[in-house]
Amino acid sequence: MQEVTIEHNVSTIAIVGNPNSGKSTLFNRLTGLRQKTGNYPGITVDKKTGIIKLHNGKKVRVIDLPGTYSVYPRSKDEKIVLDILADDNSEFFPDLVIVTVDASNLKRNLLLLTQVKDMGLNAICALNMVDIAEKKGIKIDVVELEKELGVPVYPLNSEIGKGINPLLEGISKYQPVNNSAYSFIPAISEETIGSILSRFKKRNGYFAALYLNQTETIGGLSEEDRQFLRDIKVSSNSHRGLQNAEVLDRYRYIDRVIEKVETRHGESRRIRFSAKLDLVFTHRIFGYATFLGILFIIFQAIFSWAEAPMDWIDRGFAFFSGWIKLTFPEGHFVDMIAEGIIPGLGGIAIFIPQIALLFAFIGVLEESGYMARVVFLMDKLMKPFGLSGKSVVPLISGVACAIPAVMATRNIENWKERIITIMVTPLMTCSARLPIYIILISLVVPNTTLFGVLNLQGLALLGFYLLGFIGVLAVSIIFKMLIHSTSKSFLVMEMPIFKMPRWRNIFMMMINKSKTFVYEAGKIIMAVSLILWVLASFGPKNDMMQADEVVSAQLPGKTIDDKEYRSALSAYKLEHSYAAILGKTIEPVIKPLGFDWKIGIALITSFAAREVFVSTIATIYSVGEDAGNSLTIKEKMAAEVNPDTGEKIYTPAVAFSLLVFYAFSMQCMSTLAVVYRETKSIKWPLIQLGYMSVLAYVASFLTYTIVSAF
Amino acid sequence: MNLANLKKGESAIISKIEETPIIHKLMDMGCLPGEKVTLKYRAPLGDPICIQIAGYELILRTEEARSIQIQK
Repeated sequence: MQEVTIEHNVSTIAIVGNPNSGKSTLFNRLTGLRQKTGNYPGITVDKKTGIIKLHNGKKVRVIDLPGTYSVYPRSKDEKIVLDILADDNSEFFPDLVIVTVDASNLKRNLLLLTQVKDMGLNAICALNMVDIAEKKGIKIDVVELEKELGVPVYPLNSEIGKGINPLLEGISKYQPVNNSAYSFIPAISEETIGSILSRFKKRNGYFAALYLNQTETIGGLSEEDRQFLRDIKVSSNSHRGLQNAEVLDRYRYIDRVIEKVETRHGESRRIRFSAKLDLVFTHRIFGYATFLGILFIIFQAIFSWAEAPMDWIDRGFAFFSGWIKLTFPEGHFVDMIAEGIIPGLGGIAIFIPQIALLFAFIGVLEESGYMARVVFLMDKLMKPFGLSGKSVVPLISGVACAIPAVMATRNIENWKERIITIMVTPLMTCSARLPIYIILISLVVPNTTLFGVLNLQGLALLGFYLLGFIGVLAVSIIFKMLIHSTSKSFLVMEMPIFKMPRWRNIFMMMINKSKTFVYEAGKIIMAVSLILWVLASFGPKNDMMQADEVVSAQLPGKTIDDKEYRSALSAYKLEHSYAAILGKTIEPVIKPLGFDWKIGIALITSFAAREVFVSTIATIYSVGEDAGNSLTIKEKMAAEVNPDTGEKIYTPAVAFSLLVFYAFSMQCMSTLAVVYRETKSIKWPLIQLGYMSVLAYVASFLTYTIVSAF
Repeated sequence: MNLANLKKGESAIISKIEETPIIHKLMDMGCLPGEKVTLKYRAPLGDPICIQIAGYELILRTEEARSIQIQK
């Protein structure tokens, strides 16, 4: 039977609401696993969309817009809300807007709702966290609220269990209300309103105010449109103070509504408990101690819990690669798959456990409300460095991986603070540096224990984490002096009450962030791994043709079936590849740092991603294809001598020089790509690459010179 | 007198908000003339501060707090 299409059929729903108003919880609840994260065209704001299945079997697209307190935007994330809601030509323009409203904070939350309604959008109100409001002693008359606002209101509790069915029912039966009662009438002359509305073909008077207030930022306008608005502003002079007057007007209206719908009693124990927690979490001693303790737990977890799955991924890809080589006939194509593509994919997949874990922790800290306390505690400490309390979250994330960390800078409103945070985040010791640190430290630092508890190698490792953090602070100060910005830094943010995190939200965040990482960083890592594979596998014809002859002369009696022969062959090929030619070309440049051309090869191949260093070194010293364990690599490195002088290559001076080099150098294509995406300019990734390379070179040179002197 | 002068636990009524680039942000967040405001506590290093306003808690720097005029 053909269903009759009704005019008001809802096909796109947008969810908007204040931060902490349970927006994501509602979105996750409505869509379940039928959701995906992408990007809005041209900008890097995460776009979360999903599908809702209504009771009548109809499927509806739903978009989770970034949290905001008002339609007037202050950050990149908030701007998208106005862009979509004000532009009915946008492909994401909603037929219905669900505004999530925190019942325990009706006043501030209703501001956005009245704006959305005045824009003439079909709105329904999801009155969230009714249970928390009741604990705060607040009771809301839903029927009266519905009458006052003129939009359907659906009460939900913080777990969003029971209330969800009436809400779904409400969506499928939604009938647009022809509601001409505005909560705010802009104080602009009829004439001005008329000329704006006729030009932009809007029926609604509020748009005149929106266009005048947001002339430069609102989406969907041409340059002529903006000039038209600028001219009106100059001639009528009517826009000044318009936005303040609007907010005052709206709050006056909201106060009247609240007086009718809300009754208050005393607070419950749970709210007082949250206040007591704050006495600890913002305490001058316990506050910082708790923060350090939480950081310690996160680092422990990222490194120890992720170890096993990372190991499985590593072995899985190695096994798959070996299987391909054994199963299919030899040739460049099979080699490209087995040595280029599969290890490339493996290099991406190996970071998934750490990234997923890190985001689980960040999710818990954010959902519980603890992150606001961190910002509160750290803001003054970060300010002298040109950073803000909000920079702390990306910097912590940087310990796992700079890619999600750079993406996490989006909620820093001040441009200068955000740029500085992006610029210094890659100096934090990310997990890709860890394999290099471990192998080099174990090579030159004795494995002895001081005072029975302090392991010398562990101390050295900690030292390099500190070195990275000192680098962050020092470079921040320099950028603070160099970057001039007219926009003033400010910090105005809600301190939410402590809540139990919703595990469903944490889980969805883990999945979504990991997916974003795999797709976004994955593309670049793949491409560069392929280029590097070509460089490392091919070389000038003659040298490569002789490979077999030379190796069989070196190892008489051995054939391609012997492991030893195969290792020697791949070492020979690498030594005569284009990568080696490059390595020899840069040797004069890296010699002052104590590096030879073999290390040069590893520096080049690890430009895509730092962790490639270890596998390249393994190949160069012909550790062999299936001897992936670090002990053998370490032994080979320790035994390696300079053919001219007969001295060991990896002296403490060289090892420390290399360590310092990796601490500061920008050996990560994916981070550069993400910085490009986030700053939308080639300038910033280039500056980052430049300053980090110079810093690495100079620091490494000093280290080598000083340590050699001893 | 401005909001930065309040002591821990003290309350006052907002009389005026000065025209600074963040006035819109403050007003959106419910800092309005006539509204009652209470200083909950300061951060350990004296800055930022946490205030109670419009039924919730808000963090701001003393610099921002100075743009909010109050009457006791």
